[in-house]
Amino acid sequence: MSIISIIIFIVALIAAWQGFYMIGVEQFELVKSYKFPTPKGVFDSFLNLCNDGEILKAIGSSLYKGLIGFMIAIAIGLVIGLLINNFKFLNKTLKPIILGIQTLPSVCWVPFAILWFGLETKAVVFVIVMGTAFCIAIAVDNSIRNIQPIYKKAALTMGASKKQMYFNVIIPAALPELISGLKQGWSFAWRSLMAGEVMTTNLSGLGVTLAFARDFGSEINEMMCIMIIIVLLGILIDKCIFSTFEKRILKKRGLA
Amino acid sequence: MSLVINNLSKRFDNSEKSTLNNVSLDIQTGEFVCIVGASGCGKTTLLNLIAGLETPTEGEVLVDGVKVTKPGADRAVMFQEHGLYPWMNVLENVTFPLKLAKIPKEEQEKRANYYLEMVGLSEYKNYPIHQISGGMKQRTALARALVMDSKVLLMDEPFSALDKQTSNQLREELQRIWLETHKTIVFITHSVEESVYLADKVVVLSPKTGSICDIVNIDLERPRHVYSSEFVEFRHKILDEVKGENLL
Repeated sequence: MSIISIIIFIVALIAAWQGFYMIGVEQFELVKSYKFPTPKGVFDSFLNLCNDGEILKAIGSSLYKGLIGFMIAIAIGLVIGLLINNFKFLNKTLKPIILGIQTLPSVCWVPFAILWFGLETKAVVFVIVMGTAFCIAIAVDNSIRNIQPIYKKAALTMGASKKQMYFNVIIPAALPELISGLKQGWSFAWRSLMAGEVMTTNLSGLGVTLAFARDFGSEINEMMCIMIIIVLLGILIDKCIFSTFEKRILKKRGLA
Repeated sequence: MSLVINNLSKRFDNSEKSTLNNVSLDIQTGEFVCIVGASGCGKTTLLNLIAGLETPTEGEVLVDGVKVTKPGADRAVMFQEHGLYPWMNVLENVTFPLKLAKIPKEEQEKRANYYLEMVGLSEYKNYPIHQISGGMKQRTALARALVMDSKVLLMDEPFSALDKQTSNQLREELQRIWLETHKTIVFITHSVEESVYLADKVVVLSPKTGSICDIVNIDLERPRHVYSSEFVEFRHKILDEVKGENLL
């Protein structure tokens, strides 16, 4: 599909949005105008946010918290994942619990986080870690479990030691699935970050700005604008970091 | 090198019947032994036991008098599925066992190049695995098995997933390489023709009892001609044994 048809689609989407506003809100007043954003209004508030520089600070602060939380989640997820992969007992006992915790929406950790850490950056990072680490642990376990048995069998017959098996066979063989697990982990982290930020309004961050727009301005256009920025940033990181890496690995193996 | 199999039996946990039952076999240095039998007779199990990938219920496998307890680089294995690593190119796959053995890098390449030349893949050594044909993949796997310079080469139906033309060609090449190197080879196949073409000695396994029902010495000159009367005679004799065992 060409880039032009994608652009046409997006323009049409925005036109439909504007059209709905003009007919549904301005003409027939189905919805009160302060409850419904417009493309122009969103664009204006974007310029506004850019002008006072507040938005860059919010983005920087969000990315910083997101990255730290994600890194800690990877470290914890890796350890738990390797543990449940290596020990049958933990696989029978701990894995079901982790699968259970994983289904808990990360926003549920917010009250806990505030109680423990107060309205601090730490609380937000905690929410990210709790919302992400278990999903990464499961991905680590699965990616190793799904390695074709012949890879390990062949290495054994070539005299691979345990350590050589891990570094030369298991890790590279698990890598494609591991990367897609991390990618999913990032989307969990990003969502958890916003859930945490919306609740901790004394800090700075995109989620905080979003909550402010609601609480103090009832600024529907600004809210919409920040939501779009959140989506675009999430996609940008996914595409720039994870998808690029993933594609490179798959291409080398002739899988993409 | 000697490979001695003593009263080997294997029964899997979930099975009532032994897959292998009291199998004994002596294999001499430089001998080419083929193991044939109808499917389910335990051919692959026998190979896995020699490789150390499975542990026997009873009996033992001795390589130079030492009991096999785990897989090791002294018994190279070539599988039906090539088992090459897709994140490495042809050369890296062939040097891999040498890398595991911590052999100096220069020596690794020298030895890998020698065997890649032998299997006719010198020009393809920098190719990624997904860009070479099925036949070339098995050649790479063969080079990887040879480069280890192991005492025994164990081959589990290595050509059976290939088309007939390619498998015939590879079979001829394997024979040529064996005549050059005189490795001890244990070769599993379901093709009686293949076994008569390659082997010094064909071992027929019975799926009914899980034991050896005959050992046939093939004393024909090499290279053998599949249409010669002696060849056809051997083929019929072994085929009847395999079939007979299957029907009973």
